[in-house]
Amino acid sequence: MSSSYILRRVGYGLILMLGVVVLNFLLIRLAPGDPAVVIAGEMGGASDEMLASIREEYGLNKPVITQLGIYVGNVLQGDLGKSFFFDQPVSSLIGQRIGATILLVITAQILSILLGVFLGVIAARKPNGVMSGFVSVFATIGYAVPVFWTGIMLIILFASVLPIFPVEGMQSVRLRSAGGLTWALDVAHHLVLPAFTLAIIYLAQYARLSRASMLEVLGSDYIRTARAKGAAEKTVLFKHALRNAALPILTVAGLQFGNLISGALLVETVFNWPGMGRLAFDSILRRDYPTIMGVLFFASAMVVVANILTDISYRWADPRLRGKS
Amino acid sequence: MKHVTRLLGAAAITAGSLGSAPAFAEGGTLVIGSTQVPRHLNGAVQSGIATAVPSTQIFASPLRYDENWEPQPYLAESWDVSDDGLSVTLNLVQDATFHDGEPITSEDVAFSIMTTKENHPFQSMFAPVDTIETPDEHTAIIRLSQPHPALLLALSPALAPVLPKHIFDDGQDVKSHPANSEPVGSGPFMLEEFTAGEAIILKKNPDFFIDGRPKLDEIIINMVKDPSSLLISMENGDVDMYPFMAGSQEILRLEKADHIEITDEGYAAVGPINWLAFNTKSEKLSDVRVRQAIAYATDREFITNALHRGVSTQQRGPIIESSPFFDDTIEAYDVDLDKANALMAEAGFGDGMELTIDFIPGTKEQQQSVAEYLKSQLKKIGIDLTVRSAPDFPTWAGRVSGHEFELTMDAVFNWGDPVIGVHRTYLCSNIREGVIWSNTQSYCNEEVDEILNAAAIEQDPDKRKELYSRFQHIIAQDVPIYFINATPYHTAYDNRLMNPPKGIWGTMHPLDRLEWSE
Repeated sequence: MSSSYILRRVGYGLILMLGVVVLNFLLIRLAPGDPAVVIAGEMGGASDEMLASIREEYGLNKPVITQLGIYVGNVLQGDLGKSFFFDQPVSSLIGQRIGATILLVITAQILSILLGVFLGVIAARKPNGVMSGFVSVFATIGYAVPVFWTGIMLIILFASVLPIFPVEGMQSVRLRSAGGLTWALDVAHHLVLPAFTLAIIYLAQYARLSRASMLEVLGSDYIRTARAKGAAEKTVLFKHALRNAALPILTVAGLQFGNLISGALLVETVFNWPGMGRLAFDSILRRDYPTIMGVLFFASAMVVVANILTDISYRWADPRLRGKS
Repeated sequence: MKHVTRLLGAAAITAGSLGSAPAFAEGGTLVIGSTQVPRHLNGAVQSGIATAVPSTQIFASPLRYDENWEPQPYLAESWDVSDDGLSVTLNLVQDATFHDGEPITSEDVAFSIMTTKENHPFQSMFAPVDTIETPDEHTAIIRLSQPHPALLLALSPALAPVLPKHIFDDGQDVKSHPANSEPVGSGPFMLEEFTAGEAIILKKNPDFFIDGRPKLDEIIINMVKDPSSLLISMENGDVDMYPFMAGSQEILRLEKADHIEITDEGYAAVGPINWLAFNTKSEKLSDVRVRQAIAYATDREFITNALHRGVSTQQRGPIIESSPFFDDTIEAYDVDLDKANALMAEAGFGDGMELTIDFIPGTKEQQQSVAEYLKSQLKKIGIDLTVRSAPDFPTWAGRVSGHEFELTMDAVFNWGDPVIGVHRTYLCSNIREGVIWSNTQSYCNEEVDEILNAAAIEQDPDKRKELYSRFQHIIAQDVPIYFINATPYHTAYDNRLMNPPKGIWGTMHPLDRLEWSE
């Protein structure tokens, strides 16, 4: 894998990011509603002069194209602007939340891949067995059920009827000053329901995908050879078959990353998880343009980076692709 | 995998047991759950519940009010209103300091009131304030252009926080001053941490100028957008107090919890009214008989008893019924469909008409359900009502402030004195395009303007009450608004809490007397 290939991919990624910034800016301005009226509404009403000064302060009185130019210029200098609503730099608002989102998304990703692949492999062993049927039904339901509904059902079940998990937030407010293991366990306790909610839909997909992929691989000649030479079934499944069946899973994992982030938006809202998704949701309702664009910028960057890493890891995992551009 | 499962199980058990353990000793922590998100914490330049609750803990003010609407000493240990009503002298306590140790002087008070006058959306609060003299460090004399009986109430913590001049008077615009999010005040609690949109952590001010207070060590305001989640957190004991709770589901369910008390006290000065507003400039609604017909057709009792499941109370006029200025002799418009149909026929709409109603999105029970009820109810007097939803607040606010509506549900606060929260809705001079919660009904009656302007400067409380009585009768006749109910704000709190916030300002008042009983 040449470094020029990586550089080219990063270059494409940057151009894509610029396109995303411009498109986001224009799309958001198409939404009806005046941020100055929202700010005034939050203040409890305002005079005409106050409205004018709000528009002046936030540059809302300038033509849209001028605002776009200023925004892109600022972004290129690393300045994402100031939140209309909170009057704080967008970068600091995101900085306070990006860790929570990454924790949720990565946990859900790992959970869905590990459990999904495990279920898929088990199901592929006996394609007509009970487990295989269960995986197919579970995959169909998991894929069809809206993520917010799953979240609400889990809250009713595990936070209200059988209150063993917290209903909202990332940590108990009373334990916030606790450090070390107590803090980590508290966060893990809060993470269970949201991470599982987010993971379910993708878990189902990975289970289906790995089942199909494994079935295909298990029918190939080299598996028959492995079995013929007396390799243990566990070795055949996990060493010989899964390694080859993992390539499509790797591809989908990279592609799904964007969906996972958009799923996180809903999950964070349902569970009051203090991440970027909830910030985005609230900011849309408040017409807080700089914050919405800042969150979209970071979310896009995460997807672009994830895709580049997938490309690179795909080439690393598949020797046939090494050296090809 | 086995290790992961074991670890998660252990995490659940440990964190579960830690989370539910009551950890209160002397002092202790109070966790307030709130669905409201403040922009920042400076109540001098920002109105609203979200800012006022933390702002009144962080900032002290010249006066505070008791549950009988009587002013009490706070930063001002005494005060004097001149006979002509044109000056108010505040004598400040001697030893009060800001959280950073700087002494509070009359200069700070003068700076704060003038800053609030120039920047707060409620401009009527301090509009008559001409100058503030500071003859010595502990005396501030407020000079007025006309008598202003609402002034003392406007000096409450919710409306007149005393800002540190040495921090805010640095040439920056106070509306977007960085200190608004990291405020230094002189109230019972100091800001420790503010994570925008998430949590506010306040610590006891050890040098608070009232000895022995505050009782609590810490207040945490935890922002939870979803009322249902907040309800469960309250039931589970993760949250100790949930103020401004208005949904019947939450109120009725929490009433059943053994460890929780519920009160509807604490909202008298807020004066939240849920109402149906008419665009009086609309062709069909400019005839007062049509507005009266709609009023006679609407069943306030059904709304409060059935739609709000008995948790809200009826509201008949523009001044909240718990206010001393409310006049209970005004026309209440009890349901009378015959009269309503006759009025429609008189107005030339005997064959019916089509109208559209808007509502504030996100408050289903108070707004959307009432709008939907009106659709079926007004059919009885020949009105084909279309319920128009808005995807979000800005869209609704844009329609209403742009006068692009016919009927709309709305919810507006009285804010203590009628001068502050009532006049704005009815004065001809306050019909302002693009300004929400101005006179968006475009209602203009010169007699009403005269009465309100006279009431604003009338110092005799009885005469003032008489003026507001006349005002309420005229509004009842002209029906620019049909008043439905007081928004049923309730406070749920752990029953081990003593001195819960039941005063006229509720939690928008220093919680320095609140304490745990064990």
